[in-house]
Amino acid sequence: MAIDIRQFHQTFLEESLDGLARMEALLLRLEQDLAHAPAGAVQDADPETLNTIFRVVHSIKGSSGTFGFRDITDFAHVLESLLDIMREGRVGVTRELINLLLKAGDGLRHLLTAAQTHAPVEEPMIQALRGELEALLSGGVRDRRPARTNDPAATGAGNSAGPWHIAFRPKPHLFKTGNDPLRILRELEGLGKLRVQAETDGLPAWGQFDPETCYLAWRIDLAGDAPRAAVAEAFAWVSDDCQLEIVPAPARRPKAPDPKPHAPEADHPHDAAEGRVNSIRVNIPKVDALVNTVGELVITQAMLGQIANNFTPDKLPILLTGLAQLERNLRELQDSVMSIRMVPLGFIFGRLPRLVRDMCQRLGKNVEIRIGGERTELDKTVIERISDPILHIIRNCMDHGIEAPAARRAAGKPEIAHIRLDAYQKGGNVMIEIEDDGRGLQREKIHAEAVKRGLIHADTPMDAEHMDHMIFVPGFSTAEVINDISGRGVGMDVVHNNITDLGGNVEVASEPGKGTRFAIRLPLTLAILEGLSVVVGTQTYILPLVSITESIRVGQGGLSRLPGGGEVFMLREEYLPLIRLYERFDIAPRSTNVADGIIVVVEAEGRRVGLFVDDLLGQQQVVIKSLETNYRKIDGIAAATIMSDGTVALILDVGSLTRAARAGTGRRFRGTDAAAPVLEERGAGGAMH
Amino acid sequence: MATIMTVDDTASMRQMISFTLNSAGHEVTQASDGEEALKHARKKKFDLVIADINMPNMDGITLVKQLRDLPEYKFTPILMLTTESQEAKRQQGKSAGATGWIVKPFNPEQLLNVVKKVLG
Repeated sequence: MAIDIRQFHQTFLEESLDGLARMEALLLRLEQDLAHAPAGAVQDADPETLNTIFRVVHSIKGSSGTFGFRDITDFAHVLESLLDIMREGRVGVTRELINLLLKAGDGLRHLLTAAQTHAPVEEPMIQALRGELEALLSGGVRDRRPARTNDPAATGAGNSAGPWHIAFRPKPHLFKTGNDPLRILRELEGLGKLRVQAETDGLPAWGQFDPETCYLAWRIDLAGDAPRAAVAEAFAWVSDDCQLEIVPAPARRPKAPDPKPHAPEADHPHDAAEGRVNSIRVNIPKVDALVNTVGELVITQAMLGQIANNFTPDKLPILLTGLAQLERNLRELQDSVMSIRMVPLGFIFGRLPRLVRDMCQRLGKNVEIRIGGERTELDKTVIERISDPILHIIRNCMDHGIEAPAARRAAGKPEIAHIRLDAYQKGGNVMIEIEDDGRGLQREKIHAEAVKRGLIHADTPMDAEHMDHMIFVPGFSTAEVINDISGRGVGMDVVHNNITDLGGNVEVASEPGKGTRFAIRLPLTLAILEGLSVVVGTQTYILPLVSITESIRVGQGGLSRLPGGGEVFMLREEYLPLIRLYERFDIAPRSTNVADGIIVVVEAEGRRVGLFVDDLLGQQQVVIKSLETNYRKIDGIAAATIMSDGTVALILDVGSLTRAARAGTGRRFRGTDAAAPVLEERGAGGAMH
Repeated sequence: MATIMTVDDTASMRQMISFTLNSAGHEVTQASDGEEALKHARKKKFDLVIADINMPNMDGITLVKQLRDLPEYKFTPILMLTTESQEAKRQQGKSAGATGWIVKPFNPEQLLNVVKKVLG
């Protein structure tokens, strides 16, 4: 039977990578313990921690061989040997050792990802790491790899050939190990012709007979030319539970040439034809919920079918109940299916302590990261695409936000800085907050840079919120020194774009000397949007509900025209730009008089604009269909959807509409009584400290 | 046809063993550590148990001891999965009452050969 072992590769690679993440977290914890240990080495490290780390590598070693990844097995073996002596307390857990183990974990991860993507392995790096591990191992302790013998029970001249004369005298307890002499005899039978003689001398009187004890012994003549190793192999499991003699019997014919012991052939060389399977692991309860819902759906369908079969008008109420039930079932099904795509944020957050640690070492800073909300779930696609932005923000906090220890001391702040990371679900969104207690954004520098780039005039006053938001402008960087961590000018704008591409937004608030806080808002999923459908002329458009702040009616007199041609209207002491959607999309409206329609106030990137529409239709969930894939990209339109009557409705891109409006009105106008920056209104300022 | 339990904290190994044994017509139950295995064993009698040694919660050696204490498992074949470098563990397993061992790495054919050997 040929079993394609490659079908298990994906599981193996994924669980191994998971294991490595676990190992890394534990190593970092050990390192923290180390920081509090007086002698510079942890002598009494928690044995379970060390065991768990050992098990991770041991599992990888054991399975990688079985699945045909020899290079991973070899590397894991060296690492395992080192972990083993560490577990036994023969090497102290020092900072250097943890460093090396972290690097070795990276090496192993590299080998695993290379196997996963069929990418080439960076041999020099792996060899160098191996060298380091082996150097530590040979420093007092030997590599415990035994020779690759086929059978440990085979000793001495394992390859001489039969015939053999065998004396097999089991010890009384043999049965209690689950072994059975009969099985062994049967196996020997496979090696050549057998002649077996039982020795019954050991049998007691019937009265003392214990059926669980082995009293018999056997003398066996094995004809043929079976190698000694094969014979010994049959007894390998019982070698300690018996007396065994295997002696050559007088040969009847000259020794035959050695049959080659079966070499374990490399299972399947992983050929490049196999593409990477993009898989997702799902908790059983989620699948159960799905199966349940489908079951209910089937019942509802059967019920509806029965009603339809011989329908009479009096059955209308049952039909309506059935349809309501169908709707509920479908909604549940939708939730269940969506939840399968949901992945916890811990997937990303787990990598951060290591990042922070490495950066601390490089920057000479002392930062602790506190992480909450790892269990908050997001769509897998969103998770994959939010990872880089989060890492980048953390890097920025480490690099620019947090001061060097001396500067912190001078400012009267504790030397150990903190980064707080939190995530939680809020309605149809997930909020991710990243906050540091560093020096805050340096607004003078931002202002100067903005003037230099011609973004504003030197004498233009800017409110704090607007200034902070400048860091998201492409190419904007105030880093004094370009280094390898951040400050290359690409960065915050990419962060901003990635997040808005996902249908979310990012806001920043900062307090000089106290810290900076980023708040990212993301939709739970990219497949479905909670929207408000609006009418303009004969067209229906969908506005993402998250970007709507309110809808108002404004009389014709509430409008003012700016010299540049843009229109604004007054909303609670604040002038907001007005976009007439019929103008924007060049279609005939029901009325051009604002008093006849409705203004929907939308917000994106911290800016608000009013969209003039004829009417609101209602709130509904729509399935997002990519316009780019099916047609082409259109400015101002994010995507399309298909409505219940089969018509296509366009989903508006609020971000690009507000950007265009801002460009049109030059800058934002405010009433005399300017509102406080948005984030501070929400109490963020208080949360800063 | 036999009922076999495979105990391993590594999902890929469990899957591989189950798949191999299933395709040979055996009925396979999976457990991810010794504790879970013991729970299964108390509910049902397996003809063969194949257990890894290094596992969280309850390791393979403890599992062997506990199984041997159950009357139904007094003589049941219990095989340990070990690696080449684990000779000491192999001995511990033996003295705990394990029947024999399978050395990792192994391929499906090797596994089936060993299973055939114990199931007779």
